[in-house]
Amino acid sequence: MPVPPKEKFDVPRIEEVFSIPAIRVNAMAHSKPFVAKPEHQEALGFPGKLVDGWQDAALDKMEELLGKYRSIRVFLDSCVKCGACTDKCHYYLGTADPKNMPVARQDLMRSVYRRYFTVAGKYFPKLVGAVDLTEDVIEDWYRYYHQCSECRRCSVYCPYGIDTAEITMAGREILSSIGIGQKYANEIIGKVHKIGNNLGLPEPALLDTLGGLEEEVEEDTGASVKFPLDKRGAEVLLVTPSADFFAEPHVDGLIGYAKVFHQAGVSWTLSSYASEAANFGIFIGSYENMRRVAERVREAAIELGVKRIVVGECGHAWRVAYSFWNTLIGPFDFLDPSHPVPQHICEFTHELLNRGALRVNPDKNDDKVVTFHDSCNVSRGSRMGSVPGGQFSIPRNIIKAACNHFVDMAPDTTHEHTFCCGGGGGLLTDDLVELRVKGALPRVQALKQVIDDYGVTHMAAICAICKSQFSKVLPFYDMGMDMVVSVHQLLGDALELDGAE
Amino acid sequence: MALEVNGKTYETDEEGYLANLSDWSKEIAENMAKEDDCELTDNHWEVVNFLREYYEEYQIAPAVRVLTKAIGKKLGKDKGNSKYLYELFPYGPAKQACKYAGLPKPTGCV
Repeated sequence: MPVPPKEKFDVPRIEEVFSIPAIRVNAMAHSKPFVAKPEHQEALGFPGKLVDGWQDAALDKMEELLGKYRSIRVFLDSCVKCGACTDKCHYYLGTADPKNMPVARQDLMRSVYRRYFTVAGKYFPKLVGAVDLTEDVIEDWYRYYHQCSECRRCSVYCPYGIDTAEITMAGREILSSIGIGQKYANEIIGKVHKIGNNLGLPEPALLDTLGGLEEEVEEDTGASVKFPLDKRGAEVLLVTPSADFFAEPHVDGLIGYAKVFHQAGVSWTLSSYASEAANFGIFIGSYENMRRVAERVREAAIELGVKRIVVGECGHAWRVAYSFWNTLIGPFDFLDPSHPVPQHICEFTHELLNRGALRVNPDKNDDKVVTFHDSCNVSRGSRMGSVPGGQFSIPRNIIKAACNHFVDMAPDTTHEHTFCCGGGGGLLTDDLVELRVKGALPRVQALKQVIDDYGVTHMAAICAICKSQFSKVLPFYDMGMDMVVSVHQLLGDALELDGAE
Repeated sequence: MALEVNGKTYETDEEGYLANLSDWSKEIAENMAKEDDCELTDNHWEVVNFLREYYEEYQIAPAVRVLTKAIGKKLGKDKGNSKYLYELFPYGPAKQACKYAGLPKPTGCV
């Protein structure tokens, strides 16, 4: 693959031994995403532009959140500044900006909280590090709450379990509610509300795309693998990130799912109404938008009369589905209770592999040495399958069934210790490319090690954001964008298909 | 932001994508390409024209496999793949080619 032209910033060097950088004050103070346009804001129920009296509006919103989410108040109160989180964030490690230390990023909100919501801060602000909510403070919020991918790695190391992601979400929700939302995320959520997916891919285009994939798979394999859309009475509704229809390497994962359904003989369908698994509502901290996006899935499942809902390879979609669907759009009394609700596509495939329902020839992937990138939203605050750690073992077991050569990256960079790809949490946008490249450094460092030591050729992932992010940033580190593959691409390529020539 | 071509001004978004599809002209595409140090050959135009036709019909840019298949048919099978499209549009065919074609930038996890 040719390398895209480099942007105008210094790409960090991959060192032999990873070291924690010395701080560089304001190193990323210039980084901020485009602000949402009035039409992007209003479609989500937010004011179109910065409201008059925004200080009061922001503090009112903060008070509302403190009342609604006990967690926020606990997280703001309980930090003892022990420093355990300081060197755990990929954005700090990649940028050296001290405000990207999770504790410092939280403090941007904590200092305001103290000023207006604690007795000490109201009367003796200087003694407790309390600050007024000024324009400078709000600008810092906008910058640095968009330099956190809500990946939760820091929370694994925090002795109090403070979840930085929730602070970031609260920060973003307050920003949106006073009129300064982020363009990338808010425009996308508006497209889901209007059209049904992040891309704005309308039904005729989706139908055309799926028809093309049927032809392609038949040309390649001879097997008549279907990609059904809006098929009433199918057993399974598959909701998957719309990137699976649109982009590479994602689409090869979608082809993999279709081959699995074909081979298992399980009837399935996609929905043109709920043509998106992703739910950016979580990224901007908006419960109402998250609920509206999720509601489409419930409506489509009832409308199509399916018995099961399976979720494709998407990190945060799985976290929303696994952790929140039940209260957002449950109860799921219209689905077959003998299957997990919801079920991850990896869980679905793994179960078929376990009972010998799929014939797999791993020799077909003998040109590859594969490693696996754990996606943050699947790894932390989530689960897969029926045993603890299933979200780590199940995708690896699928890869090992499909490939003879599998190698894990360093243990402090995998499982619950995994590093974010650098583009999660609603930051996968070109206006943040410097942040994305720098934030990928810890993962790239671990990848480089297994390339050098074990000849790794491919890195598999189960998240659309991870796949797009790595395809974009790996070339900055002189690695090929085509190293990135879907787990279900590996499996699909190794499947012995009925009807194949 | 705005783009100036032949003395006329056209509205664009922050990244230089045309705000109004109907403003598009060949000169605008050439002007955008020039900014990126890219000279538009006949093969570039095949891609740009296909994007515009597809958008006209479906109100969205084509998915990567739809595009590679169409280009493979027009320019030969050896060119119907992403590798070739990246050679033509090194910033990524989905984004760079859409921009020259006057289409909005694709959104989502892509």
